[in-house]
Amino acid sequence: MGIEFRGITKKYPDGTVAVDDLNLTIEDGTITVLVGPSGCGKTTSLRMINRMVEPTSGSILLEGEDIRDSDAALLRRGIGYVIQHAGLFPHRTVLSNIATVPLLSGWDKNKAKKRAAELLEVVGLPAEVGKRYPAQLSGGQQQRVGVARALAADSPVLLMDEPFSAVDPVVREGLQDELLRLQSQLGKTIVFVTHDIDEAVRLGDRVAVLRVGGKLAQYGTPAEVLRQPVDDFVAGFVGKDRGYRGLSFLAADDVLVEDVPTVRVGSKPEGSDGWRLAVNDAGEPRGWLAPGSVVDGELVEGELLAGGSLYQQGTPIRGALDAALSSPASLGVVVDADGKAIGVVTARQVLDVIENHPEGVAR
Amino acid sequence: MSFFDELGQYLSSANNREQIVDTLAEHCYLALLPLVLGIVLAILVGWLGNTWPRARGVILVVSNLVYTVPSLALFVVIPSLIGTKMLDSINVVVALTLYTAALLVRPVLDALDAVPPAVIASATAMGYRPARRFLTVELPLAVPVLAAGVRVASVSNISLVSVGALIGVGGLGVLFTDGFQREYFSPIVVGIALTLVLALVVDLLLVLLRRVLTPWDRAAAPVKEEVPA
Repeated sequence: MGIEFRGITKKYPDGTVAVDDLNLTIEDGTITVLVGPSGCGKTTSLRMINRMVEPTSGSILLEGEDIRDSDAALLRRGIGYVIQHAGLFPHRTVLSNIATVPLLSGWDKNKAKKRAAELLEVVGLPAEVGKRYPAQLSGGQQQRVGVARALAADSPVLLMDEPFSAVDPVVREGLQDELLRLQSQLGKTIVFVTHDIDEAVRLGDRVAVLRVGGKLAQYGTPAEVLRQPVDDFVAGFVGKDRGYRGLSFLAADDVLVEDVPTVRVGSKPEGSDGWRLAVNDAGEPRGWLAPGSVVDGELVEGELLAGGSLYQQGTPIRGALDAALSSPASLGVVVDADGKAIGVVTARQVLDVIENHPEGVAR
Repeated sequence: MSFFDELGQYLSSANNREQIVDTLAEHCYLALLPLVLGIVLAILVGWLGNTWPRARGVILVVSNLVYTVPSLALFVVIPSLIGTKMLDSINVVVALTLYTAALLVRPVLDALDAVPPAVIASATAMGYRPARRFLTVELPLAVPVLAAGVRVASVSNISLVSVGALIGVGGLGVLFTDGFQREYFSPIVVGIALTLVLALVVDLLLVLLRRVLTPWDRAAAPVKEEVPA
Protein backbone atom coordinates (compact mmCIF):
# COMPACT_ATOMS: atom_id res chain seq x y z
CA MET A 1 0.00 0.00 0.00
CA GLY A 2 2.46 2.62 1.19
CA ILE A 3 2.07 6.15 -0.06
CA GLU A 4 0.87 6.84 -3.57
CA PHE A 5 1.16 10.13 -5.44
CA ARG A 6 -1.37 10.18 -8.27
CA GLY A 7 -0.96 12.94 -10.82
CA ILE A 8 0.03 15.48 -8.16
CA THR A 9 0.49 19.04 -9.38
CA LYS A 10 1.10 22.10 -7.26
CA LYS A 11 0.75 25.45 -8.96
CA TYR A 12 1.01 28.71 -7.04
CA PRO A 13 -1.20 31.73 -7.81
CA ASP A 14 1.78 33.54 -9.40
CA GLY A 15 2.07 30.74 -11.96
CA THR A 16 5.12 28.91 -10.58
CA VAL A 17 4.80 25.19 -10.79
CA ALA A 18 6.36 23.54 -7.74
CA VAL A 19 5.36 19.97 -8.57
CA ASP A 20 4.33 18.82 -12.02
CA ASP A 21 2.20 15.71 -12.49
CA LEU A 22 4.05 13.57 -9.96
CA ASN A 23 3.27 9.88 -9.96
CA LEU A 24 5.16 7.90 -7.35
CA THR A 25 4.55 4.87 -5.21
CA ILE A 26 6.43 4.69 -1.95
CA GLU A 27 6.59 1.19 -0.57
CA ASP A 28 5.89 0.24 3.02
CA GLY A 29 8.88 -0.27 5.28
CA THR A 30 11.40 1.41 3.00
CA ILE A 31 13.39 4.61 3.04
CA THR A 32 12.51 6.59 -0.07
CA VAL A 33 14.64 9.64 -0.68
CA LEU A 34 13.40 12.61 -2.68
CA VAL A 35 16.50 14.31 -3.97
CA GLY A 36 17.12 17.21 -6.31
CA PRO A 37 18.42 20.75 -6.57
CA SER A 38 16.60 23.59 -4.82
CA GLY A 39 13.37 24.46 -6.57
CA CYS A 40 12.63 20.88 -7.58
CA GLY A 41 9.60 20.66 -5.30
CA LYS A 42 10.94 17.95 -3.03
CA THR A 43 9.93 19.64 0.23
CA THR A 44 6.60 20.68 -1.27
CA SER A 45 5.95 17.05 -2.25
CA LEU A 46 6.85 15.89 1.26
CA ARG A 47 4.58 18.44 2.89
CA MET A 48 1.68 17.35 0.75
CA ILE A 49 1.76 13.95 2.46
CA ASN A 50 0.69 15.45 5.79
CA ARG A 51 -1.41 18.16 4.15
CA MET A 52 0.77 21.08 5.17
CA VAL A 53 0.56 21.90 1.47
CA GLU A 54 -2.55 21.05 -0.52
CA PRO A 55 -2.04 19.97 -4.14
CA THR A 56 -3.70 21.90 -6.95
CA SER A 57 -4.74 18.65 -8.59
CA GLY A 58 -4.24 14.95 -8.15
CA SER A 59 -4.55 12.85 -5.03
CA ILE A 60 -2.35 11.18 -2.45
CA LEU A 61 -3.26 7.82 -1.01
CA LEU A 62 -1.95 6.73 2.35
CA GLU A 63 -2.50 3.04 3.02
CA GLY A 64 -5.01 3.12 0.17
CA GLU A 65 -7.05 6.01 1.55
CA ASP A 66 -7.22 9.51 0.13
CA ILE A 67 -5.60 11.77 2.73
CA ARG A 68 -8.21 14.45 2.07
CA ASP A 69 -10.77 12.18 3.71
CA SER A 70 -9.17 12.61 7.12
CA ASP A 71 -9.03 15.67 9.35
CA ALA A 72 -5.70 17.42 8.74
CA ALA A 73 -4.66 17.75 12.40
CA LEU A 74 -5.54 14.12 13.19
CA LEU A 75 -3.77 12.93 10.02
CA ARG A 76 -0.61 14.81 11.11
CA ARG A 77 -0.66 13.28 14.60
CA GLY A 78 -0.42 9.92 12.88
CA ILE A 79 2.61 10.88 10.76
CA GLY A 80 6.03 11.51 12.27
CA TYR A 81 7.77 14.64 11.04
CA VAL A 82 11.37 15.76 11.40
CA ILE A 83 12.27 19.20 10.14
CA GLN A 84 15.55 20.91 9.29
CA HIS A 85 17.04 22.60 12.41
CA ALA A 86 14.90 20.16 14.43
CA GLY A 87 12.21 22.82 15.09
CA LEU A 88 12.09 21.86 18.76
CA PHE A 89 9.91 23.94 21.07
CA PRO A 90 12.44 26.17 22.88
CA HIS A 91 10.16 26.65 25.89
CA ARG A 92 9.72 22.98 26.65
CA THR A 93 12.16 20.49 28.07
CA VAL A 94 13.49 17.72 25.88
CA LEU A 95 11.11 15.21 27.46
CA SER A 96 8.08 17.45 26.92
CA ASN A 97 9.17 18.01 23.35
CA ILE A 98 9.30 14.30 22.70
CA ALA A 99 5.94 13.79 24.42
CA THR A 100 4.24 16.39 22.20
CA VAL A 101 2.15 14.13 19.99
CA PRO A 102 1.16 11.63 22.71
CA LEU A 103 -0.03 14.57 24.84
CA LEU A 104 -1.91 16.07 21.89
CA SER A 105 -3.57 12.73 21.31
CA GLY A 106 -4.78 12.76 24.90
CA TRP A 107 -2.41 10.28 26.50
CA ASP A 108 -2.10 10.27 30.26
CA LYS A 109 0.76 12.59 31.30
CA ASN A 110 2.82 9.94 33.08
CA LYS A 111 2.47 7.47 30.28
CA ALA A 112 3.58 10.12 27.76
CA LYS A 113 6.62 11.06 29.86
CA LYS A 114 7.55 7.41 30.25
CA ARG A 115 7.32 6.88 26.52
CA ALA A 116 9.45 10.00 25.97
CA ALA A 117 12.14 8.68 28.31
CA GLU A 118 12.22 5.38 26.41
CA LEU A 119 12.63 7.20 23.12
CA LEU A 120 15.48 9.28 24.48
CA GLU A 121 17.30 6.00 24.96
CA VAL A 122 16.26 4.71 21.53
CA VAL A 123 17.93 7.69 19.83
CA GLY A 124 21.05 7.26 21.95
CA LEU A 125 20.80 10.16 24.39
CA PRO A 126 21.43 9.82 28.14
CA ALA A 127 18.48 10.25 30.49
CA GLU A 128 19.76 13.48 32.07
CA VAL A 129 19.33 15.29 28.74
CA GLY A 130 15.57 14.92 29.22
CA LYS A 131 15.35 17.73 31.75
CA ARG A 132 17.28 20.21 29.62
CA TYR A 133 15.93 22.80 27.25
CA PRO A 134 16.75 22.57 23.53
CA ALA A 135 19.07 25.60 23.70
CA GLN A 136 21.31 23.60 26.04
CA LEU A 137 21.88 20.89 23.42
CA SER A 138 24.28 20.71 20.49
CA GLY A 139 22.88 20.71 16.95
CA GLY A 140 23.35 16.97 16.61
CA GLN A 141 21.64 16.27 19.92
CA GLN A 142 18.73 18.49 18.91
CA GLN A 143 18.32 16.49 15.71
CA ARG A 144 18.23 13.28 17.74
CA VAL A 145 15.51 14.77 19.92
CA GLY A 146 13.68 15.76 16.73
CA VAL A 147 13.79 12.14 15.57
CA ALA A 148 12.63 10.91 18.99
CA ARG A 149 9.73 13.36 18.88
CA ALA A 150 8.72 12.08 15.44
CA LEU A 151 8.84 8.48 16.69
CA ALA A 152 6.71 9.20 19.76
CA ALA A 153 3.39 8.70 18.04
CA ASP A 154 4.54 5.27 16.91
CA SER A 155 3.19 6.01 13.47
CA PRO A 156 4.22 3.76 10.57
CA VAL A 157 5.12 6.77 8.41
CA LEU A 158 7.98 9.19 9.05
CA LEU A 159 8.60 12.32 6.99
CA MET A 160 12.08 13.82 7.20
CA ASP A 161 12.79 17.19 5.62
CA GLU A 162 16.56 17.70 5.28
CA PRO A 163 16.90 16.65 8.91
CA PHE A 164 20.68 16.43 8.95
CA SER A 165 21.69 19.28 6.68
CA ALA A 166 22.35 21.79 9.45
CA VAL A 167 24.93 19.72 11.33
CA ASP A 168 28.59 19.26 10.47
CA PRO A 169 29.66 16.35 8.23
CA VAL A 170 31.07 14.15 10.99
CA VAL A 171 27.97 14.46 13.16
CA ARG A 172 25.81 14.02 10.06
CA GLU A 173 27.42 10.71 9.25
CA GLY A 174 26.80 9.51 12.81
CA LEU A 175 23.15 10.53 12.57
CA GLN A 176 22.77 8.75 9.23
CA ASP A 177 24.21 5.54 10.69
CA GLU A 178 21.88 5.90 13.62
CA LEU A 179 18.89 6.31 11.32
CA LEU A 180 19.83 3.17 9.39
CA ARG A 181 20.24 1.28 12.66
CA LEU A 182 16.84 2.50 13.90
CA GLN A 183 15.21 1.67 10.58
CA SER A 184 16.57 -1.88 10.68
CA GLN A 185 14.75 -2.30 14.01
CA LEU A 186 11.60 -0.30 13.32
CA GLY A 187 10.90 -0.84 9.63
CA LYS A 188 9.05 2.45 9.16
CA THR A 189 7.95 3.91 5.86
CA ILE A 190 10.32 6.85 5.68
CA VAL A 191 10.17 9.64 3.12
CA PHE A 192 13.41 11.58 3.30
CA VAL A 193 14.14 14.86 1.53
CA THR A 194 17.69 15.98 0.81
CA HIS A 195 19.67 17.93 -1.78
CA ASP A 196 22.72 15.78 -1.08
CA ILE A 197 23.06 12.85 -3.48
CA ASP A 198 25.57 11.15 -1.18
CA GLU A 199 23.05 11.17 1.62
CA ALA A 200 20.36 9.93 -0.76
CA VAL A 201 22.49 7.02 -1.93
CA ARG A 202 23.58 6.18 1.57
CA LEU A 203 20.13 6.09 3.14
CA GLY A 204 17.70 5.30 0.38
CA ASP A 205 16.23 1.95 -0.51
CA ARG A 206 14.87 3.88 -3.44
CA VAL A 207 15.80 7.30 -4.74
CA ALA A 208 13.53 9.70 -6.61
CA VAL A 209 15.52 12.34 -8.47
CA LEU A 210 13.46 15.47 -9.13
CA ARG A 211 14.38 18.24 -11.53
CA VAL A 212 13.65 21.96 -11.23
CA GLY A 213 10.00 22.59 -12.01
CA GLY A 214 8.89 19.59 -9.98
CA LYS A 215 9.21 16.81 -12.55
CA LEU A 216 10.29 13.31 -11.60
CA ALA A 217 13.48 12.56 -13.53
CA GLN A 218 14.25 9.06 -12.31
CA TYR A 219 12.99 6.69 -9.67
CA GLY A 220 14.91 3.58 -8.76
CA THR A 221 17.38 1.97 -6.40
CA PRO A 222 20.53 3.98 -5.64
CA ALA A 223 22.56 1.51 -7.73
CA GLU A 224 20.28 2.02 -10.75
CA VAL A 225 20.42 5.77 -10.46
CA LEU A 226 24.22 5.73 -10.20
CA ARG A 227 24.84 3.10 -12.88
CA GLN A 228 22.16 4.00 -15.38
CA PRO A 229 21.17 7.64 -15.09
CA VAL A 230 18.28 8.16 -17.53
CA ASP A 231 19.54 11.46 -18.90
CA ASP A 232 22.18 14.17 -18.66
CA PHE A 233 20.39 15.92 -15.83
CA VAL A 234 20.46 12.88 -13.57
CA ALA A 235 24.01 12.01 -14.65
CA GLY A 236 25.12 15.55 -13.86
CA PHE A 237 23.27 15.57 -10.58
CA VAL A 238 24.67 12.31 -9.27
CA GLY A 239 28.10 13.68 -10.04
CA LYS A 240 31.43 12.85 -11.66
CA ASP A 241 32.54 10.27 -9.12
CA ARG A 242 29.41 8.17 -9.50
CA GLY A 243 31.66 5.35 -10.69
CA TYR A 244 33.39 5.25 -7.35
CA ARG A 245 30.08 5.64 -5.51
CA GLY A 246 28.71 2.73 -7.53
CA LEU A 247 31.19 0.52 -5.71
CA SER A 248 28.94 0.90 -2.68
CA PHE A 249 26.64 -1.64 -4.27
CA LEU A 250 29.17 -4.24 -5.35
CA ALA A 251 29.83 -7.20 -3.08
CA ALA A 252 33.47 -7.93 -2.30
CA ASP A 253 33.16 -11.67 -1.80
CA ASP A 254 35.83 -12.47 -4.39
CA VAL A 255 38.51 -10.30 -2.87
CA LEU A 256 41.38 -12.42 -1.66
CA VAL A 257 42.27 -11.70 1.96
CA GLU A 258 45.98 -12.26 2.59
CA ASP A 259 47.72 -12.95 5.85
CA VAL A 260 49.83 -10.22 7.35
CA PRO A 261 52.54 -10.39 10.00
CA THR A 262 51.19 -9.00 13.25
CA VAL A 263 52.73 -7.80 16.47
CA ARG A 264 50.93 -7.41 19.75
CA VAL A 265 50.86 -4.10 21.54
CA GLY A 266 52.69 -4.62 24.82
CA SER A 267 54.98 -7.34 23.45
CA LYS A 268 58.68 -6.91 22.67
CA PRO A 269 58.93 -7.45 18.88
CA GLU A 270 62.14 -8.25 17.05
CA GLY A 271 63.25 -6.06 14.17
CA SER A 272 61.83 -6.81 10.71
CA ASP A 273 62.14 -5.37 7.19
CA GLY A 274 58.43 -5.68 6.29
CA TRP A 275 55.22 -3.91 7.33
CA ARG A 276 53.70 -5.37 10.47
CA LEU A 277 50.17 -4.80 11.76
CA ALA A 278 49.92 -4.03 15.46
CA VAL A 279 46.94 -5.55 17.23
CA ASN A 280 45.78 -5.38 20.82
CA ASP A 281 44.98 -8.34 23.06
CA ALA A 282 41.49 -8.61 21.53
CA GLY A 283 43.04 -8.86 18.07
CA GLU A 284 41.76 -5.43 16.98
CA PRO A 285 44.07 -3.46 14.67
CA ARG A 286 45.73 -0.49 16.37
CA GLY A 287 48.17 0.76 13.73
CA TRP A 288 51.24 -0.14 11.68
CA LEU A 289 54.87 -0.76 12.46
CA ALA A 290 56.97 0.48 9.53
CA PRO A 291 59.70 -1.75 7.95
CA GLY A 292 63.01 -1.53 9.75
CA SER A 293 61.60 0.24 12.81
CA VAL A 294 63.26 -0.79 16.03
CA VAL A 295 61.20 -1.04 19.17
CA ASP A 296 62.98 -0.30 22.41
CA GLY A 297 61.40 -2.59 24.98
CA GLU A 298 57.60 -2.98 24.97
CA LEU A 299 55.58 -1.80 21.99
CA VAL A 300 53.27 1.09 22.96
CA GLU A 301 50.51 2.53 20.77
CA GLY A 302 52.16 5.93 20.58
CA GLU A 303 54.97 4.48 18.45
CA LEU A 304 52.60 3.16 15.77
CA LEU A 305 51.75 4.74 12.44
CA ALA A 306 48.01 5.49 12.39
CA GLY A 307 46.12 2.97 10.28
CA GLY A 308 43.75 3.75 7.42
CA SER A 309 40.07 2.96 7.33
CA LEU A 310 39.06 -0.59 8.18
CA TYR A 311 37.16 -2.85 5.85
CA GLN A 312 34.60 -5.09 7.44
CA GLN A 313 34.30 -8.38 5.60
CA GLY A 314 31.00 -8.82 3.79
CA THR A 315 30.32 -5.11 3.24
CA PRO A 316 30.47 -3.51 -0.24
CA ILE A 317 33.76 -3.36 -2.10
CA ARG A 318 34.03 0.42 -1.86
CA GLY A 319 35.18 0.00 1.74
CA ALA A 320 37.90 -2.48 0.72
CA LEU A 321 39.30 -0.09 -1.89
CA ASP A 322 39.19 2.79 0.57
CA ALA A 323 40.95 0.72 3.24
CA ALA A 324 43.77 -0.18 0.82
CA LEU A 325 44.16 3.38 -0.47
CA SER A 326 44.16 4.96 2.98
CA SER A 327 46.60 2.56 4.62
CA PRO A 328 50.21 3.75 5.12
CA ALA A 329 51.32 0.25 4.17
CA SER A 330 49.08 0.21 1.05
CA LEU A 331 47.51 -2.80 2.70
CA GLY A 332 43.82 -2.46 3.62
CA VAL A 333 43.07 -4.09 6.93
CA VAL A 334 40.14 -6.50 6.84
CA VAL A 335 38.25 -7.11 10.07
CA ASP A 336 35.45 -9.47 10.99
CA ALA A 337 32.13 -8.44 12.48
CA ASP A 338 33.71 -8.22 15.95
CA GLY A 339 36.44 -5.87 14.75
CA LYS A 340 39.18 -8.50 14.88
CA ALA A 341 41.86 -8.20 12.20
CA ILE A 342 41.77 -11.20 9.84
CA GLY A 343 44.10 -10.09 7.06
CA VAL A 344 44.79 -7.47 4.43
CA VAL A 345 43.86 -6.62 0.84
CA THR A 346 45.75 -4.57 -1.76
CA ALA A 347 44.23 -2.01 -4.07
CA ARG A 348 45.45 -4.05 -7.06
CA GLN A 349 43.46 -7.11 -5.97
CA VAL A 350 40.36 -5.04 -5.33
CA LEU A 351 40.59 -3.43 -8.78
CA ASP A 352 41.00 -6.86 -10.41
CA VAL A 353 37.81 -8.01 -8.75
CA ILE A 354 35.99 -4.87 -9.88
CA GLU A 355 37.16 -5.23 -13.47
CA ASN A 356 36.15 -8.87 -13.65
CA HIS A 357 32.83 -8.35 -11.96
CA PRO A 358 29.94 -9.62 -14.11
CA GLU A 359 27.66 -6.69 -13.20
CA GLY A 360 30.36 -4.16 -13.97
CA VAL A 361 30.18 -0.67 -12.58
CA ALA A 362 29.16 2.64 -14.06
CA ARG A 363 31.86 3.90 -16.40
CA MET B 1 6.44 73.34 62.65
CA SER B 2 8.90 71.29 60.63
CA PHE B 3 7.78 69.24 57.67
CA PHE B 4 8.33 65.98 59.52
CA ASP B 5 6.23 67.07 62.47
CA GLU B 6 3.50 67.96 60.03
CA LEU B 7 3.84 64.63 58.30
CA GLY B 8 3.75 62.82 61.64
CA GLN B 9 0.62 64.70 62.60
CA TYR B 10 -1.00 63.87 59.29
CA LEU B 11 -0.20 60.20 59.59
CA SER B 12 -1.29 59.99 63.21
CA SER B 13 -4.88 60.67 62.24
CA ALA B 14 -6.78 57.41 61.84
CA ASN B 15 -9.03 59.12 59.30
CA ASN B 16 -6.08 60.10 57.15
CA ARG B 17 -4.56 56.64 57.39
CA GLU B 18 -7.84 55.12 56.34
CA GLN B 19 -7.99 57.49 53.37
CA ILE B 20 -4.43 56.56 52.37
CA VAL B 21 -5.17 52.83 52.47
CA ASP B 22 -8.43 53.31 50.57
CA THR B 23 -6.87 55.43 47.84
CA LEU B 24 -3.94 53.02 47.55
CA ALA B 25 -6.30 50.06 47.11
CA GLU B 26 -8.29 52.02 44.55
CA HIS B 27 -5.12 53.00 42.78
CA CYS B 28 -4.04 49.36 42.51
CA TYR B 29 -7.42 48.36 41.17
CA LEU B 30 -7.57 51.24 38.66
CA ALA B 31 -4.05 50.63 37.37
CA LEU B 32 -3.79 46.84 37.43
CA LEU B 33 -7.22 45.74 36.19
CA PRO B 34 -6.68 47.71 32.93
CA LEU B 35 -3.18 46.23 32.73
CA VAL B 36 -4.59 42.70 32.72
CA LEU B 37 -7.47 43.59 30.38
CA GLY B 38 -5.09 45.51 28.10
CA ILE B 39 -2.70 42.54 27.84
CA VAL B 40 -5.60 40.27 26.88
CA LEU B 41 -6.87 42.80 24.33
CA ALA B 42 -3.39 43.31 22.86
CA ILE B 43 -2.92 39.56 22.49
CA LEU B 44 -6.28 39.24 20.72
CA VAL B 45 -5.46 42.12 18.38
CA GLY B 46 -1.94 40.75 17.90
CA TRP B 47 -3.37 37.38 16.98
CA LEU B 48 -5.58 39.08 14.39
CA GLY B 49 -2.61 40.95 12.93
CA ASN B 50 -0.55 37.79 12.91
CA THR B 51 -3.26 35.73 11.23
CA TRP B 52 -4.27 38.37 8.67
CA PRO B 53 -1.12 40.25 7.70
CA ARG B 54 -3.24 42.69 5.71
CA ALA B 55 -4.86 43.94 8.93
CA ARG B 56 -1.45 44.77 10.41
CA GLY B 57 -1.08 48.27 8.98
CA VAL B 58 -4.51 49.34 10.19
CA ILE B 59 -3.91 47.82 13.62
CA LEU B 60 -0.61 49.65 14.09
CA VAL B 61 -1.98 53.02 12.93
CA VAL B 62 -5.03 52.76 15.17
CA SER B 63 -2.99 51.73 18.19
CA ASN B 64 -0.60 54.65 17.66
CA LEU B 65 -3.53 57.05 17.36
CA VAL B 66 -5.15 55.75 20.53
CA TYR B 67 -1.93 56.22 22.43
CA THR B 68 -1.66 59.81 21.18
CA VAL B 69 -5.01 60.92 22.64
CA PRO B 70 -4.31 62.79 25.92
CA SER B 71 -5.46 60.84 28.94
CA LEU B 72 -7.57 63.60 30.42
CA ALA B 73 -9.41 64.03 27.13
CA LEU B 74 -10.03 60.29 26.94
CA PHE B 75 -11.36 60.18 30.52
CA VAL B 76 -13.82 62.92 29.57
CA VAL B 77 -14.85 61.54 26.16
CA ILE B 78 -15.41 57.92 27.19
CA PRO B 79 -18.64 58.51 29.18
CA SER B 80 -20.33 59.95 26.10
CA LEU B 81 -19.07 57.03 23.99
CA ILE B 82 -20.13 54.17 26.24
CA GLY B 83 -22.89 55.90 28.19
CA THR B 84 -21.36 55.78 31.66
CA LYS B 85 -21.59 58.53 34.29
CA MET B 86 -18.85 61.14 34.29
CA LEU B 87 -17.45 60.08 37.67
CA ASP B 88 -17.70 56.35 37.08
CA SER B 89 -14.35 54.62 37.64
CA ILE B 90 -15.19 52.39 34.65
CA ASN B 91 -14.11 55.32 32.48
CA VAL B 92 -10.57 55.15 33.81
CA VAL B 93 -10.53 51.38 33.48
CA VAL B 94 -11.64 51.57 29.86
CA ALA B 95 -9.23 54.36 28.99
CA LEU B 96 -6.22 52.68 30.56
CA THR B 97 -7.15 49.35 29.01
CA LEU B 98 -7.03 51.08 25.63
CA TYR B 99 -3.67 52.67 26.43
CA THR B 100 -2.21 49.40 27.63
CA ALA B 101 -3.44 47.56 24.58
CA ALA B 102 -2.21 50.30 22.24
CA LEU B 103 1.21 50.20 23.86
CA LEU B 104 1.45 46.40 23.74
CA VAL B 105 0.13 45.66 20.26
CA ARG B 106 3.46 46.33 18.58
CA PRO B 107 5.55 44.22 21.01
CA VAL B 108 3.02 41.39 20.66
CA LEU B 109 3.27 41.52 16.87
CA ASP B 110 7.07 41.74 16.98
CA ALA B 111 7.29 38.86 19.44
CA LEU B 112 5.02 36.66 17.33
CA ASP B 113 7.09 37.49 14.25
CA ALA B 114 10.21 36.38 16.10
CA VAL B 115 8.94 32.83 16.67
CA PRO B 116 11.14 30.68 14.36
CA PRO B 117 9.23 29.43 11.31
CA ALA B 118 10.64 25.92 11.87
CA VAL B 119 9.00 25.87 15.32
CA ILE B 120 5.62 26.88 13.91
CA ALA B 121 5.93 24.44 11.01
CA SER B 122 6.85 21.58 13.32
CA ALA B 123 3.96 22.43 15.66
CA THR B 124 1.60 22.29 12.69
CA ALA B 125 3.17 19.05 11.51
CA MET B 126 2.76 17.51 14.99
CA GLY B 127 -0.98 18.06 14.63
CA TYR B 128 -1.65 21.26 16.58
CA ARG B 129 -4.78 23.13 15.54
CA PRO B 130 -4.22 26.87 15.08
CA ALA B 131 -5.82 28.12 18.33
CA ARG B 132 -3.98 25.64 20.54
CA ARG B 133 -0.74 26.26 18.69
CA PHE B 134 -1.14 29.99 19.30
CA LEU B 135 -1.86 29.61 23.01
CA THR B 136 0.66 26.92 23.88
CA VAL B 137 3.52 27.49 21.43
CA GLU B 138 3.56 30.96 19.91
CA LEU B 139 2.30 32.95 22.90
CA PRO B 140 4.67 31.44 25.49
CA LEU B 141 7.56 32.16 23.15
CA ALA B 142 6.40 35.78 22.88
CA VAL B 143 6.56 36.29 26.66
CA PRO B 144 10.11 37.70 26.89
CA VAL B 145 9.43 40.47 24.37
CA LEU B 146 5.94 41.03 25.71
CA ALA B 147 7.16 41.25 29.31
CA ALA B 148 9.32 44.28 28.52
CA GLY B 149 6.27 46.07 27.10
CA VAL B 150 4.12 45.08 30.08
CA ARG B 151 6.62 46.65 32.51
CA VAL B 152 6.43 49.95 30.64
CA ALA B 153 2.64 49.76 30.53
CA SER B 154 2.37 49.05 34.26
CA VAL B 155 4.42 52.10 35.21
CA SER B 156 2.52 54.22 32.70
CA ASN B 157 -0.82 53.05 34.10
CA ILE B 158 0.17 53.68 37.71
CA SER B 159 1.14 57.23 36.89
CA LEU B 160 -1.89 57.88 34.66
CA VAL B 161 -4.38 56.80 37.33
CA SER B 162 -3.33 59.89 39.33
CA VAL B 163 -4.73 62.04 36.54
CA GLY B 164 -8.10 60.43 37.18
CA ALA B 165 -8.33 62.38 40.43
CA LEU B 166 -8.83 65.55 38.35
CA ILE B 167 -12.17 64.23 37.15
CA GLY B 168 -13.02 62.99 40.61
CA VAL B 169 -12.17 59.29 40.27
CA GLY B 170 -10.32 57.79 43.25
CA GLY B 171 -6.73 56.65 43.58
CA LEU B 172 -3.66 58.22 45.13
CA GLY B 173 -4.21 61.30 42.92
CA VAL B 174 -6.95 62.28 45.38
CA LEU B 175 -4.20 62.99 47.91
CA PHE B 176 -2.61 65.45 45.45
CA THR B 177 -5.83 67.30 44.64
CA ASP B 178 -6.74 67.45 48.35
CA GLY B 179 -3.31 68.65 49.32
CA PHE B 180 -3.18 71.34 46.66
CA GLN B 181 -6.61 72.65 47.56
CA ARG B 182 -5.72 72.86 51.24
CA GLU B 183 -2.07 73.87 50.66
CA TYR B 184 -1.25 70.91 52.80
CA PHE B 185 1.94 69.19 51.70
CA SER B 186 1.90 65.98 53.70
CA PRO B 187 -0.78 64.17 51.65
CA ILE B 188 1.00 65.27 48.46
CA VAL B 189 4.31 63.81 49.64
CA VAL B 190 2.63 60.63 50.86
CA GLY B 191 0.81 60.36 47.52
CA ILE B 192 4.01 60.76 45.51
CA ALA B 193 5.94 58.32 47.70
CA LEU B 194 3.23 55.67 47.53
CA THR B 195 2.88 56.04 43.75
CA LEU B 196 6.62 55.45 43.38
CA VAL B 197 6.65 52.53 45.78
CA LEU B 198 3.64 50.99 44.06
CA ALA B 199 5.31 51.32 40.65
CA LEU B 200 8.51 49.73 41.96
CA VAL B 201 6.74 46.85 43.69
CA VAL B 202 4.59 46.07 40.66
CA ASP B 203 7.66 46.23 38.41
CA LEU B 204 9.50 43.81 40.70
CA LEU B 205 6.56 41.43 40.70
CA LEU B 206 6.46 41.56 36.91
CA VAL B 207 10.16 40.73 36.70
CA LEU B 208 9.58 37.77 39.00
CA LEU B 209 6.54 36.65 37.02
CA ARG B 210 8.54 36.75 33.80
CA ARG B 211 11.24 34.60 35.39
CA VAL B 212 8.67 32.06 36.52
CA LEU B 213 7.03 32.00 33.09
CA THR B 214 10.25 31.64 31.09
CA PRO B 215 12.62 29.21 32.79
CA TRP B 216 13.76 28.17 29.30
CA ASP B 217 14.94 31.68 28.46
CA ARG B 218 17.69 31.44 31.08
CA ALA B 219 18.88 28.11 29.74
CA ALA B 220 22.62 28.29 29.34
CA ALA B 221 24.46 28.41 26.05
CA PRO B 222 24.92 25.04 24.32
CA VAL B 223 27.02 22.67 26.36
CA LYS B 224 30.00 20.95 24.77
CA GLU B 225 29.56 17.45 23.49
CA GLU B 226 29.96 15.43 26.65
CA VAL B 227 27.32 13.00 25.45
CA PRO B 228 26.98 11.58 21.94
CA ALA B 229 26.14 14.18 19.36
